[in-house]
Amino acid sequence: MINGVGVSPGITIGRAFVIKKNQGKINGRLLNNEAEILHEIKQFDLAVELATAEIQTIKTDTQTSLNEEESAILETQIELIGDPQIREDVIGKINAQKINASDALLQVLDAVVQLFENMDDEYMRARSSDMKDIANRIFKHLNKTESEVHRFEPNTIIIADDLAPSDTITMDIRYITGFATQTGSKTSHTAIIAKAKGIPAIVNCGQKIYEIRNNDVIILDGSKGILFVNPDENVRNQYQAVIMDYQKHSEELKLLKDKTAITLDGTRITLSGNISEAGEMDSMFNHGAEGVGLLRTEMLFMDRNQFPDEDEQFEFYKTIALNAKGKPVIIRTIDIGGDKSLPYFNLPAELNPFLGYRAIRICLDRPDLFITQLKAILRASVYGGLKIMFPMISNLSEILEAKKILEEAKSSLTQQNVNFNADIEVGIMIEIPSAAITADILAREVSFFSIGTNDLCQYILAVDRMNEKISHLYDPFNPGVLRLISHVIEQSQKHNIHVGMCGEMAADPLATQLLMGMGLKEFSMSATSIPAVKKIILSNNMEKAGEICSKVMQMNSSAEIISYLEQNL
Amino acid sequence: MISKDYIITAPLGLHARPATSLIRLAKNYKSAISLKKGEKTIRLNSMLNILSLNVKGGETISVFIEGEDEQAASANIDQFFITELKNL
Repeated sequence: MINGVGVSPGITIGRAFVIKKNQGKINGRLLNNEAEILHEIKQFDLAVELATAEIQTIKTDTQTSLNEEESAILETQIELIGDPQIREDVIGKINAQKINASDALLQVLDAVVQLFENMDDEYMRARSSDMKDIANRIFKHLNKTESEVHRFEPNTIIIADDLAPSDTITMDIRYITGFATQTGSKTSHTAIIAKAKGIPAIVNCGQKIYEIRNNDVIILDGSKGILFVNPDENVRNQYQAVIMDYQKHSEELKLLKDKTAITLDGTRITLSGNISEAGEMDSMFNHGAEGVGLLRTEMLFMDRNQFPDEDEQFEFYKTIALNAKGKPVIIRTIDIGGDKSLPYFNLPAELNPFLGYRAIRICLDRPDLFITQLKAILRASVYGGLKIMFPMISNLSEILEAKKILEEAKSSLTQQNVNFNADIEVGIMIEIPSAAITADILAREVSFFSIGTNDLCQYILAVDRMNEKISHLYDPFNPGVLRLISHVIEQSQKHNIHVGMCGEMAADPLATQLLMGMGLKEFSMSATSIPAVKKIILSNNMEKAGEICSKVMQMNSSAEIISYLEQNL
Repeated sequence: MISKDYIITAPLGLHARPATSLIRLAKNYKSAISLKKGEKTIRLNSMLNILSLNVKGGETISVFIEGEDEQAASANIDQFFITELKNL
């Protein structure tokens, strides 16, 4: 057994794949004259340029599959590779000691790695492996050696010294079921990536890890921070039950994937996915989603220097429309402001950002930005079942104004002879109490509602959901919240428009039957939550759901409600 | 020249991600911008130098800006340290 630090939970069994790195070594070649020195400096600049271009390429190639964390890591690498201080030090050494660029860089980076490793801060110490990664990237171009591209079999457990961003980003992560590294900590790159991808991982396993050979059978317990190499029967039996459970669970989920979400008494419920980009759609469909219930468009606007133009936005929506293969996609228009700011769009700091200048309020104030997005969505609407949804609506006139701008977008496209779906459906988020209370008024102007429980709940209860001190008050099962949600569903049925839910509550199996009892038939959530909710739907009926609902609506407190719902799971 | 002190509001301090944003921000201006913590002063163009300052959450740093667009740069840096940093 090898002990390490568990940094990403879960138990996995697989075959070892050992990754060894060729570390750069001093080659001692000296330069003879000024011309050679100049040549060496040129070589260094070229290597930096190539290494930067390489990361840019990784970034573009993997753009759709990278999460925010991963792109931030690449951005940092770009800055470090082109760092003027490193260049100055390297050139200084080439000039002063007449050594070649590779040796000079090695010396400079050794000093930097030392500096980071000696810091009294765990996060900074972990950055020394980032510096080693930078070094390897530049070396590769100085010495013209290609880094290896690994091919993995399914159920591979990666064994390595430590993993750098360039290792994991170029890895085909689908087949990797675990990571174990010799060094590292909770903040090192391996930990960050493993957690982000939900892969069990152990770091800081020590020298013993070098005894592992390719294809050894490994049981890795990321929760306890231990791993077993070629485990004996005892250990295997011990873990067999846990692993069987896990396999049974994933088998079950697989079986659920193609099952229609229908109750025992034949009521059809629609389950769709909440996504931010086209890259998430495969996973969404693999988990059994029947469309996109919420496409957040903020990703398109973040991590850049200016607003994306109409063509760029069009491409984004078009890709999503095509990938949806005819399934509906609800696009939420820009929801920036509040806690989401943009570096190139100067939003003044506010005392109450959640009550401030955000979402539709910005859009109606800046129709120039809004119309660009609407035109792009309209143009993409010929490629799939796109619908438009306005966030943060608080009254009727906002809907009318937004729809007016949508009409302007349409007539401008008509004038340009551009095709679009003229009957594109328009809906709103119900996330402000006034909108929920006046659902009957608003229902006349839109074809669907989507209840955003996260914001709705914080506004009904006057609880900032980011404030940890009052997090116990943030309670979607508060009878006040439930009554208002029920009211919205009732009103939309009365006015014959669609109603869905895209907040956290839609993903909570505890709430599923209650919401069905209220009459909700469209649930949207992140991909991984779909199977659990589907399971509840498949094994229950509407009669029971109705009963649960009427009982809950008579209860006095969320504690009572939650314990009742738990009994009825 | 403009000089201002800021308290670092990000719990992790000026780690890689905020440092990246800060460098990119500085690149938009012609002014020379430097950071000072304790006795050490660095030019705000190098990631390495920012990281080696090892600025932690709650510490105070000074920023010096000099150049034709120092006002605009200072306003942007204000915004970075006062509002953006805690979200990075």
